[in-house]
Amino acid sequence: MADNVQFDLVSPERKLASATVSAVQIPGADGDLTAMAGHEPTILTLRPGLVTASGAQGDIAYVVTGGFAELSATGISVLAEMALPKEEVTQEVVSKLLDAAKSAEASATGENEVAAAKVVADLSQVASELGLSA
Amino acid sequence: MPNLKDLKTRIESVKSTRKITKAMQMVAAAKLRRAQDAAEASRPYTERFNAVLGALSASADGSDAAPRLLAGTGKDDVQLLVVMTAERGLCGGFNSSIVKLAKARIEELKAQGKTVKIVTVGKKGREQLGRENAELIIEHVDLSDVKNVGYTSAQDIAKGILSRFDSDEFDVATIFYAKFQNVVTQIPTAQQVIPASFEADAEASNALYYYEPSEEAILADLLPRGVATQIFSALLENAASEQGARMSAMDNATRNAGDMIDKLTIEYNRSRQAVITNELIEIISGAEAL
Repeated sequence: MADNVQFDLVSPERKLASATVSAVQIPGADGDLTAMAGHEPTILTLRPGLVTASGAQGDIAYVVTGGFAELSATGISVLAEMALPKEEVTQEVVSKLLDAAKSAEASATGENEVAAAKVVADLSQVASELGLSA
Repeated sequence: MPNLKDLKTRIESVKSTRKITKAMQMVAAAKLRRAQDAAEASRPYTERFNAVLGALSASADGSDAAPRLLAGTGKDDVQLLVVMTAERGLCGGFNSSIVKLAKARIEELKAQGKTVKIVTVGKKGREQLGRENAELIIEHVDLSDVKNVGYTSAQDIAKGILSRFDSDEFDVATIFYAKFQNVVTQIPTAQQVIPASFEADAEASNALYYYEPSEEAILADLLPRGVATQIFSALLENAASEQGARMSAMDNATRNAGDMIDKLTIEYNRSRQAVITNELIEIISGAEAL
């Protein structure tokens, strides 16, 4: 059994989780990664996706829309722009997020267009993972 | 001598005023608690955010690749003041003190020959600033429909400011709000958000991090968020300050109404006594005349 590590998930509006876990799956902008105790100090940006913390109580998943994560040997902090426990994410929430992302895509130009399209794609992916329609 | 009936109505009306101010005070107290909780809840995020951003910007600062949001445009000719006030009045000197600070800054900048542009958040600030500087106000953000300020409101405001920055409409942006100290004291504060300045804490900046994607990409991603975060915490501080100011203002008003009721009641009793004495004199002198 691997060592445990302190995991914090905060959004600007509230602190969602603060627990000791063994591993956390993080949707990084350049690809998913799983962080465990003793991780090299890293700062990475997030894409919309699921943050899953695995600990003694089993897996707890949260949906995040973006933000960044700070990993160090002693702690994992995820600072999400918006984060919700998976259970609180309903069709309504997903549709709202997707609508916002799509309208951002429509108005984006140049470089931003690609980024905006990626956000839409990532959100659709999240929706399908949760079994909701995109 | 005012007549008895007038006094009686006066007392009744002051009593109902007292009831209203008392109710407002209690509502403000409840809202203050909620506002403080919200501010408390946002603290972990803001603290970590500033620590990370501080470390990042410390290492990026000075290099040629530093993003514009951090390095600035190299000028300070056009100043954008974002004045954040409340949507409602009846909260003591809360709105006026923020506006006063902003006005002092406007005069100072004008004297230095800078161009001033104003974005107002909250109706009261627009009203007060509009009296003298209406032509400087380029945008107004209305939050009267927003019951509890959320991060999305802050993001919207930040987005507006950032797009103006991208189109070179200003060089330096400063936000004005009141910091909540306690129920009686709120400190009007001016804080520069663009170019960003972060207190790099020495310990954090010493830690060596891997960055994914690159350091520059992360910084470019985080800096706009930093603006939103700063505006968000300013909005929260403001919300708490507003309720605190309203609470103490209404507490004063309630106490004043109580004093006034006491004074009026004494006057009422005196006049009533005078009327009775008068009537007695009339009866007695009438009886003597017989």
